[in-house]
Amino acid sequence: MILNIDPGIVDWSRAQFALTAIYHWLFVPLTLGLSFLVAIMETIYVKTGNPEWKRITKFWMTLFGINFAIGIATGIILEFEFGTNWSNYSWFVGDIFGAPLAIEGIMAFFLESTFIAVMFFGWNKVSKKFHLASSWLTAIGANLSALWILVANAWMQYPVGMKFNPETARMEMQNFWDVLFSPVAVHKFLHTISSGYVTAAIFILGISAWFLLKKRENGIALKSILVAAIFGLITSLFLAFTGDGSGYTVAQTQPMKLAAMEGLYKGQNANGLVLFGIPQPGKKAGDGKNNFILKVEIPGLLSLMGYRNVDAFVPGIEDILYGGYKPEFLNVPHVEKEKALPVSEKITRGKIAITAFGNFKNAKKAGDEVAATKADSAMKANFAYFGYGYLQSPEEAVPNVALTFYSFRIMVAFGFYFILFFIIVLYFYSKNKLQDKRWLQYVMLWTIPVVYLAGQAGWIVAEVGRQPWVIQDLLPTRAAVSMIETTSVQITFWLFAVLFTALLIAELMIMTRQIKLGPKDGGTK
Amino acid sequence: MFESLSLLTLQQYWWLIISLLGAILVFLMFVQGGQTLIFQLGKTETEKKILVNSLGRKWEFTFTTLVTFGGAFFASFPLFYSTSFGGAYWVWIVILFCFIIQAVSYEFRSKPNNFLGQKTYEIFLFINGALGTILIGAAVSTFFTGSQFSIHKENLAELANPVISQWKGAAHGLEAVLNWHNVALGLAVFFLARILGTLYFMNTVDEKAILGRAKKQLLINAIPFLVFFLVYVIALILSKGFAVDPINGTVSMEDFKYLHNLLAMPVVLILFLVGVVLVLWGIILPLWKFEKSASKGIWFAGPGTILTVFSLFLLAGFNHTSYYPSTYDLQSSLTIMNSSSSHYTLTAMSYVSLLVPFILAYIWYAWRSINKKKIDAAEMETEEHTY
Ligand code: HDD
Ligand code: HEM
Ligand code: HEM
Repeated sequence: MILNIDPGIVDWSRAQFALTAIYHWLFVPLTLGLSFLVAIMETIYVKTGNPEWKRITKFWMTLFGINFAIGIATGIILEFEFGTNWSNYSWFVGDIFGAPLAIEGIMAFFLESTFIAVMFFGWNKVSKKFHLASSWLTAIGANLSALWILVANAWMQYPVGMKFNPETARMEMQNFWDVLFSPVAVHKFLHTISSGYVTAAIFILGISAWFLLKKRENGIALKSILVAAIFGLITSLFLAFTGDGSGYTVAQTQPMKLAAMEGLYKGQNANGLVLFGIPQPGKKAGDGKNNFILKVEIPGLLSLMGYRNVDAFVPGIEDILYGGYKPEFLNVPHVEKEKALPVSEKITRGKIAITAFGNFKNAKKAGDEVAATKADSAMKANFAYFGYGYLQSPEEAVPNVALTFYSFRIMVAFGFYFILFFIIVLYFYSKNKLQDKRWLQYVMLWTIPVVYLAGQAGWIVAEVGRQPWVIQDLLPTRAAVSMIETTSVQITFWLFAVLFTALLIAELMIMTRQIKLGPKDGGTK
Repeated sequence: MFESLSLLTLQQYWWLIISLLGAILVFLMFVQGGQTLIFQLGKTETEKKILVNSLGRKWEFTFTTLVTFGGAFFASFPLFYSTSFGGAYWVWIVILFCFIIQAVSYEFRSKPNNFLGQKTYEIFLFINGALGTILIGAAVSTFFTGSQFSIHKENLAELANPVISQWKGAAHGLEAVLNWHNVALGLAVFFLARILGTLYFMNTVDEKAILGRAKKQLLINAIPFLVFFLVYVIALILSKGFAVDPINGTVSMEDFKYLHNLLAMPVVLILFLVGVVLVLWGIILPLWKFEKSASKGIWFAGPGTILTVFSLFLLAGFNHTSYYPSTYDLQSSLTIMNSSSSHYTLTAMSYVSLLVPFILAYIWYAWRSINKKKIDAAEMETEEHTY
């Protein structure tokens, strides 16, 4: 006898995964960027031989180390949570998804953890050149780990290079290179690592500004600011560029997510981009209410960004739910050439595929090859909608629109703000006026929390916006869980929440103390 | 090159790699063992600091090996990952817990204003060392004793509940510690880790008082280790095992299965015996000729541990044996044949595995360059980055 899945287990598993991922992402972006900035600063030290650069390097390196430890602590939980909380998922896609995770360990984590030891303990033990090389290798290791996990994540958003095998009841990899070089993976990787670079640049600017505010360590602060602001300006421009690329891939591969990002219910040709807006609270698909209380739009821009064509038709939530439009502007391979199917029809076809899979299994067991072949072809014909079969109603296919919409606005608005911010800082720096502008110093300090907010908002867009799918169109979250009691997950959720919060507080307290101590004694005591 | 291998050969190759990673992991748990000895070996603050710092340069390596072990297991045998982690939920969660608190403890322990206080982080290290080793040992023991789960891949067609692997019993894995076999292996691993930790200190620390106490600890831990280990091995050899019919994959109970496996695979038997002898020699040598050989023990006991654990894993997975048996539904038991990734993925991963020698080489090189000298009190004064 099989018990029904308790919806509570799905929600709590999602909450637990989101909690851990959000905590992990508090530490990872700084690691990604700071590792490079430290390596750059050390390069300047080795090139100039100026001991002040050595003190600068060591100071930022200490903060890097504190942040790194807790990043690792949250990462290990995420990795094993795929097994503990998403056990069905782990089998269904493990053949593809496991590989990048393993490669990450082999290729990236060892590189990172070996050379980080040289970075911290090697100052008096290895040559200057070897030490510098170790700092660069640590940075490369950190960014390689981002590569592999993001390839894995991109594959969930846009599954390619695989085939379903009914014998083993799972997806099997057909082409590794398709997985690695899928357009979603490339954009995701570039956009996400550059968000880490911008985060670290802003972190350095903010803390240096604090030294300026306290009128301490002026020399060190200004030198750090110059490096970080140049690095930040370049990477924030790249961030906006890759963000545009990410938007394009979303439009191409996840139209429902795009519609949610824009709060768009009824699409049109030459669709505008909402610059600013307040979506109607409580709006449901098909209720005929206005979708915005207020909005300011740039005409045609969404069509241009999503399809590289000002006149392109952008489907809204209701278009996708009820089908019928012609998906003619897509540049990626897709199934619905002529007319988009309504979600209700996709659900029907998904159920056919799932039933056919069951029939295939039974026929195999009974040794009836004829029936097995017949079931197999019925399944193949409808497989593109396999995951829809698990949905209970078409409306389930719509993610949380308001959350996705606002998160997207927050990220993009701050993205443009950061570009401006770096330009302003560089301007005052070049005029040699940074020391006197207290308002700007405060702005620099308070931009630190803002960049973290922008990064988290980005992940909310990516992950909440793809609900209800864990694997786009193929596996919804409800079919991905483990069979454990909801109370177990509730307990572990709270355990993790308390523990991570305690560790975060400890980290912040240690970090602020180290900053207050300043780079005086090499920044290491 | 790997493409032309049969699926079975690839499965065996990957079971070898998993076994090797598991074996290296158990050896590297000298860090965990060492953590449980900080209070016993270090009486003054400086002594404790020396001990923590000598472990602190290695802990990440153990941790990364654990992470990679998990990742490699996921990639090569995903059905194990989904069945065991999703079923024996509580055991794995508690193990994970032990490792989160370890990861921050070194970096945070001696930093000013660290919120929880130095003592708390030292207790974290102790918990990680004690509970982590015992539970990992007990979890590995279920490879021989079995767990209660069922796997029905056709469940995917059940819309109301498509979950393939289901666990029986609400303890979700914690029931493993009710079986004395599992506990015996857990305790054997725990005392072995302490022995290895002691030997590691003897090798890297240059501080008379600590070394004197270490010698005593070596003896104290060797005795329970031998008792639990022997009890476990004898029980294993006498026990029934989970045999797999190579033709149709049916699983059945076989008397003296693991003894049969040893006899059928003489190489494994030799590896096992050599491993055990090396471990014993690594313990005896420092006790016998302390002045001259204290620092050499780890060079015997370490490789000895790797060989012993490696051969135990091979015993569990090779020679038509189920490596993750279900006592609830025998036919749901996992074998390296029915739980692996596809031929394509195993091939791709096999290419990646070629990187391993290269990785070992740079780890060796990097460590040699920062570990030329033993750690002593003077270094704790002058070194800028200490834990
Ligand atoms: C400092 C952080 C930051 C900033 C300022 C921006 N982004 Fe971003 N964005 C991220 C940090 C981020 C991220 C955290 O890295 C995400 C989450 C998932 C991902 O792939 O990257 C992301 C995702 C993400 C997505 C969703 C991708 C997906 O669903 O797969 C889009 C469409 C954009 N971004 C677009 C932009 C645009 C047009 C920006 C304008 C400048 C922008 N982002 C600035
Ligand atoms: C949700 C999926 C994720 C999983 C399962 C995961 C897993 C892990 C694990 C196991 C570690 C510890 C590694 C060690 O032992 O050294 C880690 C650390 C790290 N991860 Fe993640 N990670 C995830 C998301 C991400 C993302 C999205 C990025 C970057 C874009 C990232 C980048 C890193 C980096 C740079 C580290 C190094 C340590 C640090 O955070 O400071 N991870 N991750
Ligand atoms: C580190 C940055 C990340 C953050 C902040 C993040 C955030 C989130 C959030 C908020 C959710 C909950 C969505 C919901 O249930 O409504 C979620 C779910 C999930 N994410 Fe991420 N995510 C990150 C990276 C990743 C990566 C790299 C992967 C995979 C490699 C991943 C895999 C998942 C899975 C499996 C779920 C659970 C199923 C689901 O709810 O869809 N996440 N994440």
